[in-house]
Amino acid sequence: MKGDHHVILRVVAKALIPIIAMYGFYVHFHGEYSPGGGFQAGVILAVCVILYSLIFGIAPTMRAITPGFERFIGGLGFIIYVGVGFWALAMGGNFLEYDALFREEPGGHAGQHTGIIVIEIGVLFAVAGAMVTIFYAFAGRVSEIRDEDW
Amino acid sequence: MIEFIASLVPANLAAHSPALLVAVPMLMAPLAAFMPNGRLAWLMSIFATGFSLIMAMVLVTQVRSIEGGAIISYAMGGWVPDAGIEFRIDALNSMVLLLVSSIGFLAAIFSWPTVKAEIRDAKRAMFFATYLVCFCGLTGVASTGDAFNLFVFLEISSLATYALVALGASRDRRALPAAGNYLLMGTIGASFFVVGVGFLYAATGTLNMAELAVRLQGVPDNKAVLAGFAFITVGLGIKAAMFPLHQWLPNAYAYSPSFVTMFLAATATKVAIYALVRFLFTVFGLEFAFEGSTLIWILMPMGIAAMIACSFQAVFQTDVRRTLAYSSVAQVGYMLLGISIGTAAGVSAGMFHLVNHALIKGALFMALAGVVLTYQGTSLNDLKGLGRTSPWTMSAFAIAAVSLIGVPLTAGFQSKYALVNALFEHGWWWAVAVVMFSSLLAVVYMGRMLEAIFFRAPSNPNKRRQEAPLLILVPLWILAIANLWVGIQGGFVAGLADDAAAALFIGGAS
Repeated sequence: MKGDHHVILRVVAKALIPIIAMYGFYVHFHGEYSPGGGFQAGVILAVCVILYSLIFGIAPTMRAITPGFERFIGGLGFIIYVGVGFWALAMGGNFLEYDALFREEPGGHAGQHTGIIVIEIGVLFAVAGAMVTIFYAFAGRVSEIRDEDW
Repeated sequence: MIEFIASLVPANLAAHSPALLVAVPMLMAPLAAFMPNGRLAWLMSIFATGFSLIMAMVLVTQVRSIEGGAIISYAMGGWVPDAGIEFRIDALNSMVLLLVSSIGFLAAIFSWPTVKAEIRDAKRAMFFATYLVCFCGLTGVASTGDAFNLFVFLEISSLATYALVALGASRDRRALPAAGNYLLMGTIGASFFVVGVGFLYAATGTLNMAELAVRLQGVPDNKAVLAGFAFITVGLGIKAAMFPLHQWLPNAYAYSPSFVTMFLAATATKVAIYALVRFLFTVFGLEFAFEGSTLIWILMPMGIAAMIACSFQAVFQTDVRRTLAYSSVAQVGYMLLGISIGTAAGVSAGMFHLVNHALIKGALFMALAGVVLTYQGTSLNDLKGLGRTSPWTMSAFAIAAVSLIGVPLTAGFQSKYALVNALFEHGWWWAVAVVMFSSLLAVVYMGRMLEAIFFRAPSNPNKRRQEAPLLILVPLWILAIANLWVGIQGGFVAGLADDAAAALFIGGAS
């Protein structure tokens, strides 16, 4: 394309974005064994969307991943987190008591394991959704006074 | 009545009441955000706050079931306290929780007409979701027994509050700088608080408040603890609008949506004062806070300065909401004065005034919301002649106004009387004179409003003036009658406040 100064950016970004996303999931699911977890992974996933919109423009990004969808993801993450709390309550434990999730015998760890993974997925959703929502709120802002009116 | 309602709650719900009180609004908040229209979200917020109110009643009943006040400890996630986060409810918490949740419930009921008028349709569901997040944060601050968890809940409620205040921009653009200002000040306050908590953690190695209190006894004269104490006091002082740190408050109250003003005025600063009291008395303990750090030379002068300076400022405002906002800072001064006496009677008076002031300001701002709704203005001029055209709204306003002044047979009188008694007992007779003088100033600024409402002709007879809708009138009159009830039969609230103070002085020493 003639006059396109950003061709390198575009090509590199296209190649990098899937890798960044994969790295995000790696940080998420490897968080048990190494530093990482839902929060960091959520930020990295949000970075994919933000990088895409920096290179290719905010409008196509908003068409691909709508602001409503991001808000939904953010809220869903919140609900997943609190939902685990209520799940434990329903199973007769205290709020967020992972041991109670499956009513295990003492010594069983399936509840602890599942509990923290589900919680982290909630965190991942909430953080990714909130990050992109905040970015959209700033970037998608239409100025109320047009530039020529100054 | 509270015991009766609490007895209806099934035992397995009651056992988890500390968690449910906070968690149900927390779950309802994102659900409300997904609602297709504001009305459904509104109904959900009524449900969530109503549920919290019932849970608070259960807690109050449980705490009062034992002479001297039980302490309910709830281990979050089943982790034993000290290792895990503990929700710890004693007489002081349960009183604050009952106050916040009942105000939250009434506010949720009353919110619909004003939200319909002031918030765009597309934003209403999110508005109620934000309100529930704020409510959840405030109840969380009041129930947690973990210092860092308290910071998290404080931030949850504050962040929601900034958004709520900024939403007033559709009515008045000045809401945006007000919210920005509040955001800056509030964030500084929260950072100070968390730095202070960090110092305490460094010195003691625990975040659990009860455990902190025990371990702090063993670290005498530690610079880190002193620094932590200073940071925490200033941080919570900003949140509570302690006198020189109150600059964010008048604008935030004056330009936010009417519903938000009402809810914040009645709860947000109160919860911050609760947190301050909790740290001063439970965590640091009386000796450290009052003799070791001569806090008496900070809290008491600031309280008195607030009572006088801000009452004067209130007198010279033309906007009614700003007058009431300055008066709020002045009333915070009364509470701080009560607390700074450092005796059980003084703290009890401070807490009593805290509850009463929530009832008073809640009613005043609720009535003003009715005025904003029907008349579209809040300057003193706009109030003229309203007494004739909307007698029900304005007589409730008048009841709350005389209660703020402290006329006998109202709530305000009871708590000021308790405060004056505590001051006399302690020998601070000159402070009694200051209380009297500040009350006189309240007569001036509230008197101006009452005069305009009842004795002046309307400044613009053509403008629409009518009674506030029933959804406002009912909660408004509940608050107004509560003012009278506490004033005539003050035993219940005064008893709660006495128990709260007793819990601090017994619990804090051990």
